[in-house]
Amino acid sequence: MMAQSGSLLWFARHELRLAWRDWLAMMTGGHRVRLLGFLFGGLAIYALLHLIAAAIIAPAAANGIAPDKPTLAMVTGVGLLFFSVMLSQALEAITRVYYARSDLDLILSSPASTRTLFAVRTGAVALSTAILSALLASPIINMLALFAGTHWLWAYLVLPACSALAVAIAMALTMGLFRLVGPKRTRLIAQILAAIVGAGFVIGIQAVAILSFNTYSRFALFSSPDLLAALPPPDHRLWLPARAVMGDAVSAVPVIASFLAALALAMLLFSPSYGRLAVAAASIGQSTRHRTRTGTYFTGRSQAQVLRYKEWRLLQRDPWLLSQTLMQMLYLLPPALLLWVNYGEGAGAFIVIVPVLVMASGQLAGGLAWLALSGEDAYDLVATAPIPARSVLRAKVEAVLVAVAAILAPLLALLALNSWTMALATGICSILSAASATAIQVWFRIPMRRAMFRRRQVASRAATISEAFASITWAGTGALLSVGSWVAGVTAIIALVVLGIARSLSPHRS
Amino acid sequence: MPVPALAITSIAKSFDRPVVQGLDLTVPAGEFYALLGPNGAGKTTILRMVAGLLAPDAGTIEIFGTDVRKDPVAAKRLLAWVSDEPMVYDRLTPLEYLDFVAGLWQVDPDQARNAANDLLDILGLKPHANELCGGFSKGMLQKVALAGALIHDPRLIILDEPLTGLDAGSARQVKDVLLEKVRHGVTIIMTTHILEVAERMAQRIGVIAGGRLVAEGTLAELRARTGRESTLEEIFLELVETSSATA
Repeated sequence: MMAQSGSLLWFARHELRLAWRDWLAMMTGGHRVRLLGFLFGGLAIYALLHLIAAAIIAPAAANGIAPDKPTLAMVTGVGLLFFSVMLSQALEAITRVYYARSDLDLILSSPASTRTLFAVRTGAVALSTAILSALLASPIINMLALFAGTHWLWAYLVLPACSALAVAIAMALTMGLFRLVGPKRTRLIAQILAAIVGAGFVIGIQAVAILSFNTYSRFALFSSPDLLAALPPPDHRLWLPARAVMGDAVSAVPVIASFLAALALAMLLFSPSYGRLAVAAASIGQSTRHRTRTGTYFTGRSQAQVLRYKEWRLLQRDPWLLSQTLMQMLYLLPPALLLWVNYGEGAGAFIVIVPVLVMASGQLAGGLAWLALSGEDAYDLVATAPIPARSVLRAKVEAVLVAVAAILAPLLALLALNSWTMALATGICSILSAASATAIQVWFRIPMRRAMFRRRQVASRAATISEAFASITWAGTGALLSVGSWVAGVTAIIALVVLGIARSLSPHRS
Repeated sequence: MPVPALAITSIAKSFDRPVVQGLDLTVPAGEFYALLGPNGAGKTTILRMVAGLLAPDAGTIEIFGTDVRKDPVAAKRLLAWVSDEPMVYDRLTPLEYLDFVAGLWQVDPDQARNAANDLLDILGLKPHANELCGGFSKGMLQKVALAGALIHDPRLIILDEPLTGLDAGSARQVKDVLLEKVRHGVTIIMTTHILEVAERMAQRIGVIAGGRLVAEGTLAELRARTGRESTLEEIFLELVETSSATA
């Protein structure tokens, strides 16, 4: 049956077709065979996640899981972790609904209803958030259903409702920002907010755990006797969502209904202004504010210096890119806190932060290297400048490594005050991790606009995967080296093998 | 015999199919040369090879006697490249961009500052000199890119569709700047789809079709070749048609 042009169904079908083709292009990169590889690889990882979940849940569920206060606190805590990720994703996606231009100009200039378009696009955001969170949570839910009872499958109904609530909150926050700071700054603030919400809750509870219990585990807080004593009894309204997840229908119905109602209300409230705000978002150009400095900055320096300074200046001038690049640094806050709290107490507690630092340096270097090497907006200009290509490459790599070193140096210094051997191991592995990520970006560099930073993983999945594997294996090497284990040699060899494979797959091998 | 600004000998380049096939082209120093051709004829590929942005599969390219592949740095010192898509940093002001380009070409800071101010003035960008380029129109970006190409005093300027997207006033400014450079002995090679521009500005015109140079000469020579008093547009269409019929 053909839907009437411009109707809700018609728009939904249009959006679904675009989303499907986008996904297919992202997964296959134009090669159908890759889709099979992705599906089989994905299934293998999915199965592995189920095995890990089974190993954790089976012993805990051996004597049954009762809806007592500790269980409800743990379910609520884990639920909040998931919800923070959902909210982060929803904020990011809702911002795109207003700001992404692709086909918006065409649709806004047509007589089609903007309310219908808004309803379809926000609905799509809720759906994609629900699917992603369900996918992430499914190994845990499935294993709980297997070992503790099928009533846990109710979680699959609560999750979409939670994503609806997350989208409603994201819409309200975006609208609030539009009113407070205007369309020019809303996107940047919303995206930074999304990243902070995504990481903030994890980091927050980790920080509380470190300060209160001197442990790095983010779950320690939920099982602490002090917290449990302070929390209300199991029949309190606070536990309704947790009880809904555990299959209590009496709790589930009002939770699901109220969360879906929140989304409906938000859509009703905010859809009339969508067309106007989308047009306002389109009307803003980039900031062209006057700069007072008129003196020379680049001339009078060597060509390598000119290129390095250019990279640092562009990064410093782009708060969005800076926030995206440095977001990984948020995860360094808990280790820094652990270092601070345990200063002078011996090195034992620090072993957990070695891999975090090594991993962060790899990820940070990877992001910065992409910006410097692939995200070169004036590629032709630099390529036609009278400087050997190798010197350009070297200058850019130096710009990246200096930036990484400047960020990690204070933490390494703090670590060295507690244990210089651990600091040395961390330093060596951080350098190797950063160098590996940078090398991978060198091998896989493809000229793209800097604005494509968020989509760089799509450009080369081989680069993304090998960068992640290299960082993980160097992180493992760092941890093992810190405790003097010979197994560090094995993980180092694995890291080198990962690099070798990446190089053999790359288009640039020089 | 004086060294030509550009000497291309038998270059060839293929991607999925041959794009440039055994092309020879010589442009004397101080000449304004227009390269014309239908879409997909290979014009941009040829110019990108000259600028060192693409490596030819065969043949040689010399800029003032310097082989582009053997000594790319020396060749690049002599030339400037402006593409149809201006590649300018959103987060730099025009003054900073020119300062950056001058830094890459190692121009003396005082000389660069003076040249930057002059160029921004001539191209009508002075009021925007300290604004970030991110909010500029395509025409303004094109002028910033052109100023960048001129700041290091190149002896050969290669422009790929430099007038695309420019309003009449901006196009006039750019054309005036280019003609002034030619008067001072600079060589300019430019592709354009605006045949009137080629007709008025170029001393010699080359017509490319199917990756080959199918005709070359002054407007009068091209007219003589077709055997009638035609406009450049008529000559161009006839040459391209004949070329595709014989291909």
